[in-house]
Amino acid sequence: MQNIYMDNTSGTPLHPEVKEVITQFLHKGFGNPSNLHQFGRVTGEAIQQAREQVANLINARPNEIIFTSSGTEANNFALKGILAAHKKKGNHIITSEIEHFSVLNPLKTLEKSGYEVTRLQVDKYGMIDPEDIKKAVKPTTVMISVMYANGEIGTIEPVGEISAITKEKDIIFHTDAVAAAGNIPIDVNGTHIDALSMSANQFGGPSGVGALYLREGIRILPFIEGGVQEGGRRAGTENVIGIVGMGKAAELARLEIPERTNKVRKLRDRLKDGILKTINNIHINGHPTDHIPGNLSLCIEYIEGESILLFLDMQGIAISSGSACTSRSLKASHVIMATGVDAALAQGTVLFSLGINNSETDVHYILEKLPPIVERLRQMSPLYSESQLSQS
Amino acid sequence: MQYSAKVMDHFANPRNVGEIPEASGVGEVGNPACGDIMKMSIQVKDNVITDVKFKTFGCGAAIATSSISTEMIKGKTIDEALKITNKAVAEALGGLPPTKMHCSVLAEEAIEAAIDDYLKKTTGKGLEKKKSLSHDEHHHEHGE
Repeated sequence: MQNIYMDNTSGTPLHPEVKEVITQFLHKGFGNPSNLHQFGRVTGEAIQQAREQVANLINARPNEIIFTSSGTEANNFALKGILAAHKKKGNHIITSEIEHFSVLNPLKTLEKSGYEVTRLQVDKYGMIDPEDIKKAVKPTTVMISVMYANGEIGTIEPVGEISAITKEKDIIFHTDAVAAAGNIPIDVNGTHIDALSMSANQFGGPSGVGALYLREGIRILPFIEGGVQEGGRRAGTENVIGIVGMGKAAELARLEIPERTNKVRKLRDRLKDGILKTINNIHINGHPTDHIPGNLSLCIEYIEGESILLFLDMQGIAISSGSACTSRSLKASHVIMATGVDAALAQGTVLFSLGINNSETDVHYILEKLPPIVERLRQMSPLYSESQLSQS
Repeated sequence: MQYSAKVMDHFANPRNVGEIPEASGVGEVGNPACGDIMKMSIQVKDNVITDVKFKTFGCGAAIATSSISTEMIKGKTIDEALKITNKAVAEALGGLPPTKMHCSVLAEEAIEAAIDDYLKKTTGKGLEKKKSLSHDEHHHEHGE
């Protein structure tokens, strides 16, 4: 049995060099970084180094990085903290309908307490039209929060154009870059980004640690109150091991992005072409060119995603599905639905998210195992037999 | 979320897959928006279900509940088959995760729908009162 991991969107395997750094650090890094003694200095300096490494990944300054427990926390922090600090300026936020739940749900809560939220629609590729943003801006608009790239379908949003609008109109631009950071180059100064969320386990770092980049000068209310950690904005003794791991993962990602992109994109395209050649009635999700390198999301007509996932799992292949049955909410993915895919087709969504650990052999193995699974499920599907009847 | 060994067995090796040509009764329940559709066809002779086949579009639990319910009604009289509840279907599978209980409801409804169709064809009158909720109503219980 094979062990093929193609669910990097859910979390990447720990990079061996990150594992090494964490293991070494476990032997010496127990001191509380807030302490002045030698034990505190060891961890304090390690955090400072990680802050520099993470800042370098997105061309920010170290003092603009706030470590959090996850990308979800970074999103919550950015939305709630920045809006609360800018109450006098206005109460209007613009976002998209394909954001992650860690953006959509806090905004729903904020709406109940008097904020006004505009959710922009996307095109069939899941892409936002910057013109729609221009039209949605009001005098009360404080903030625009649009994701850098969508983890489910891979589409990279036009953040450059969006940031030009926010800069000109003096609106704060936050972007959820959880799916993008460490996977594609990001420059928060080249593209004028005010706040950006990221997560270490999307680029070879450990889970349980993320970061919020916040441009110097942008006000934010503390998310967790207590001591002076993270400039008093996010109190609590630091997750030193996690932060050290995130720093190393960021450093490696920055150096290796071009090489990784090259490798992963080639494998992804090979998998896509192979699937299209061997299975009919496939709908590819996301933008054809502007996408996260390893992301391949597709809808396989007449069958349901969880069933495909389970059969692939029996063959040792791990992927994700966007069907209603896989999510606890019993609804098909809001992202896939937003791109206009019909409800039945959306149930057949599967996501192969390739990473640096995948190889040609993995792709061949999947291309050998997937077509018979699809055929078997189609033979079992009433939708398939009906479609065959209407064709004949 | 974890499926029981029995669920995985019925999912991986589903029993009675297919359609019966010129079946005595056919029932189709569910809708693609909810993620599952079950189509069940039965052959009835002297009030006994002599054969049953299913086709299902849906998740692992949907396929497993369809499969086991065909086993549960085969050889049973119409009245006996109508007594099978979604709870019995779930129990026969060694339990279902809470979010998947609706699949067992769907299986119960598929049996009813097939019997209803059979009764309409033979007596001109279907089941008097459906004992379970329609799938749509059930879906609302999840609070969307």
